[in-house]
Amino acid sequence: MLKVSCIHAFYGNIQVLKNIDLQVEEGSIVTILGANGAGKTTTMKTVAGLLKPQQGKIEFLGEDVTGLRPDQLLRKGIALVPEGRQILAGMTVMENLEMGAYHRKDNEIGQDLEKVLERFPILKEREKQLGGTLSGGQQQMLAIARAILSRPKLLLLDEPSMGLAPLIVADIFKIIKEINETGTTVLLVEQNARQALKISDYGYVLEIGKIVADGKAQDLLNDPRIMEAYLGRKSS
Amino acid sequence: MLIEQLINGITLGSIYAIVALGFTLVFGVLGIINMAHGEIFMFGAFIGVLVTTSLQLPLWLGFLAAILITAVMGYMLERFALRPLRHKQGVSHLAPLISTIGVSILLENLSHHLFGAGNHPFRASFAEINFQIGSITIYLVQIVIFVISVILMMALSFWLGKTKAGKALRATAENLETASLLGVDTKRIITMTVIIASAMGGIAGILVGMAFNSVTPQMGLSMGLKGLAIIILGGMGNVKGAMAGGLILGLAETFIVVYGDSGYRDAIAFLAIIVILLIRPQGLFGQKIST
Repeated sequence: MLKVSCIHAFYGNIQVLKNIDLQVEEGSIVTILGANGAGKTTTMKTVAGLLKPQQGKIEFLGEDVTGLRPDQLLRKGIALVPEGRQILAGMTVMENLEMGAYHRKDNEIGQDLEKVLERFPILKEREKQLGGTLSGGQQQMLAIARAILSRPKLLLLDEPSMGLAPLIVADIFKIIKEINETGTTVLLVEQNARQALKISDYGYVLEIGKIVADGKAQDLLNDPRIMEAYLGRKSS
Repeated sequence: MLIEQLINGITLGSIYAIVALGFTLVFGVLGIINMAHGEIFMFGAFIGVLVTTSLQLPLWLGFLAAILITAVMGYMLERFALRPLRHKQGVSHLAPLISTIGVSILLENLSHHLFGAGNHPFRASFAEINFQIGSITIYLVQIVIFVISVILMMALSFWLGKTKAGKALRATAENLETASLLGVDTKRIITMTVIIASAMGGIAGILVGMAFNSVTPQMGLSMGLKGLAIIILGGMGNVKGAMAGGLILGLAETFIVVYGDSGYRDAIAFLAIIVILLIRPQGLFGQKIST
């Protein structure tokens, strides 16, 4: 579904991504792991169109989408829930959700809104509150709900569990799994490696802008070297 | 006497509010002060003079022409003075500000050239019509200015609060990157914002011309600085703040003339900036939220 080949990306003169190749199969959950500064967020930004790659090609559903703007990619079916959630703090929860369906012209928006509010009752409770007044976990749910309302084919999630309490993290992973089960393909970036791999089909490990390992999620979970280096388990 | 001055102050204040709204919309979305806004405003006033006084056409045509021409000026400003500087590596964040200062100088000199340096009277056909209520005199011009300003502010508030395009503008003002991730074509929103802000400036130009019966090429600068003062007073990028700030400044100026010294009239705005920056640097209406 998504095929990224030989991507090189820069911030100014600093090369952040070196020759990144990755693939996401339709219907799967794929996780990108790596330490801080490895280039995970940059990879997501590049796929979502926030950053234009210097070299390389991004194909989505067989179409070359390299260099398209985020709003154009959203229309093609790629939605990003960015790092730090990026809720519109000065707009109400409802307005945030409505903005999720901004590009849609069909007449099922109202129906989808209701479904989402049913799935996230806390958002319904606070629908008239400003987005900025929500707690971190609620903001993450709002960000995910908002992205779902765009009816994405591929949902990119950049560190959805960042800064959240463990109980809420478990909730977020459950939601991601559910979204995937309704037919949305998911590309996930996570620090919380073990939990992310548990719900994933495939994983990539990123290190200083390069992919240093990849494989089935199950294999990565069982690979002692990877567990030690990236998943924080000390070898005994 | 007091009520008359109150009416004068509100009339002036509502014009200031319209000027400040143009500033605040552009600041909200682009994060820059559009120093050419005052000059676009001045052009709106001159178009009004041309249409109503020179061509002897009705006032509504003056408004229409001013709106159209200042909207086109807004588009040109964005297209040729702002957009080329955006997202370019090595361009200072001050560049767009300097660029708008350049446009403002260009426009001021252009109006000297086109209209002459002198003072042009702006006589609305109903300038002398007034109503006596007890000892109070209210001019029809004042009512027209007030009504137009209020309608404009209400329409803008409704548009920003309830329509899809208005919400997209607010989302863009709050976070350009997030708005683009939500499918908003931010380039289009920016262009639209500068056009709307400029057209509002054009309308304000005619209103000022009507209120003071005088239009000069220099009027843009002082109005521009006052608009700046108002948005600092109300909170940068804040729509409610611009409206309230405009009214406060209008009333303050009117009352200083009546009860104080008219020489200090133009100083009020800048005194307000100093006080606000000392006491409440984020402005009366707090953070950068655009409703």
